Amino acid sequence: MALDRGLTGCPICDQVVRVDEEHGRRELRCPRCGGTLHARKTASIGLTWALVCTALVFYVPANVLPITRVVSLGMVQEDTILSGVFYFLQTGSWYIALVIFVASIFVPLLKLVLLILLLVSVQRGSRWRPRDRTRLYRITETVGRWSMVDIYVVTILVALVNFGFLANVDAGPAAVFFAAVVIITILAARSFDPRLIWDQVESRQALQGSPGEDADRE
Amino acid sequence: MPSHLASSRDSLVICHECDLLQRIPSAAAGSRVTCARCGNLLHRHVPDSIERALALSIAGLVLLAVANLLPFIDLSIGGAEAHTTLSTGVQALWQEGKWFLATLVLFTCIVAPLIQLSLMVYVFLPLRAGFVPALARPALRAIHHLREWNMVEVFMLGILVAAVKLAKMATIVPGIAMWSFMGMIFIIAGALASIDRQVVWNRLENLS
Ligand SMILES: [Zn+2]
Ligand SMILES: [Zn+2]
Repeated sequence: MALDRGLTGCPICDQVVRVDEEHGRRELRCPRCGGTLHARKTASIGLTWALVCTALVFYVPANVLPITRVVSLGMVQEDTILSGVFYFLQTGSWYIALVIFVASIFVPLLKLVLLILLLVSVQRGSRWRPRDRTRLYRITETVGRWSMVDIYVVTILVALVNFGFLANVDAGPAAVFFAAVVIITILAARSFDPRLIWDQVESRQALQGSPGEDADRE
Repeated sequence: MPSHLASSRDSLVICHECDLLQRIPSAAAGSRVTCARCGNLLHRHVPDSIERALALSIAGLVLLAVANLLPFIDLSIGGAEAHTTLSTGVQALWQEGKWFLATLVLFTCIVAPLIQLSLMVYVFLPLRAGFVPALARPALRAIHHLREWNMVEVFMLGILVAAVKLAKMATIVPGIAMWSFMGMIFIIAGALASIDRQVVWNRLENLS
């Protein structure tokens, strides 16, 4: 651990910065780029739990309430995310159904489950496969943005289908909840500190003499 | 870059994901260096980093301007026709009172990439010319922080899904702005990937 040697790395400019004892695990500024440094992210576990729970609560109305409201010649049709998936299945566009199901329903849940798994493992002091758990964390960081696709579909439909009485698409109440879920899970992934996974692994090992100086290439 | 790259302080790096202190080998340009312990990408050597990022971000700005000004998608159902630009959806959401969604879409698809591209030109043009512009450091930090809020590639997938949904009942004609926007997605990804942190921050430190 770099922190055991009193050092931390700047996430923005990669500068190696000395953390003095009084600072301990609190925040300081990078001398090179001026960005805020955290030897470990502040209140990482508590904040991540709070965001994960909020996202779980919002996930329910996001899926139950209608995400689009189509008015055509006085007829109103309301669609939820799931009924949108079924629509594409019935019309034969199963690949689009798959895209929406994965991006809108599977990915947010996967992200929340993975974050809960990581939180619990860190809190229990687990030393189980740290490299794989770091990989899981990387997944939660990268897949989240793709959940926005449904919000964009709604936006484009609202823009294109705007013919007044003839046909009109409005965004339903679920859209706001769904957007909130996406944003909150992005913030949750960002507030989790993957270095906590490795703290547990090293905590019982003696301080190593030399760090791995070889870096492999992909 | 001159010899200061060889100084020992510059080649030490700490992994952001597992906190392992390690040395970056002075590898060939274009190669990736990953963490010895957790596999995280530590560094990518980019040849002519600043020149490349500058050229791409200027091209990106042009494409983004075209994407905003020209017709984006035209749609016709029977006799009815709709002409939209990139921001039509945002305006429609705003008028419906969905200000949160409107702001979110505007920010993630237009404002965030616009700020990133503009700041890259603002910083890299002077750096190439040999001086450091005012507030270069906050500007570079902003480019970094906006990465996760720039979601243009997801927006493109959204266009595809919406097109499939509407294709059954309407005729959809993509406009020049849409092709321009698609080009911008690749260009901005290339511009951001061209930023070699070591090169950029060393240049900045040497000049100031
Ligand atoms: Zn820094
Ligand atoms: Zn690592």
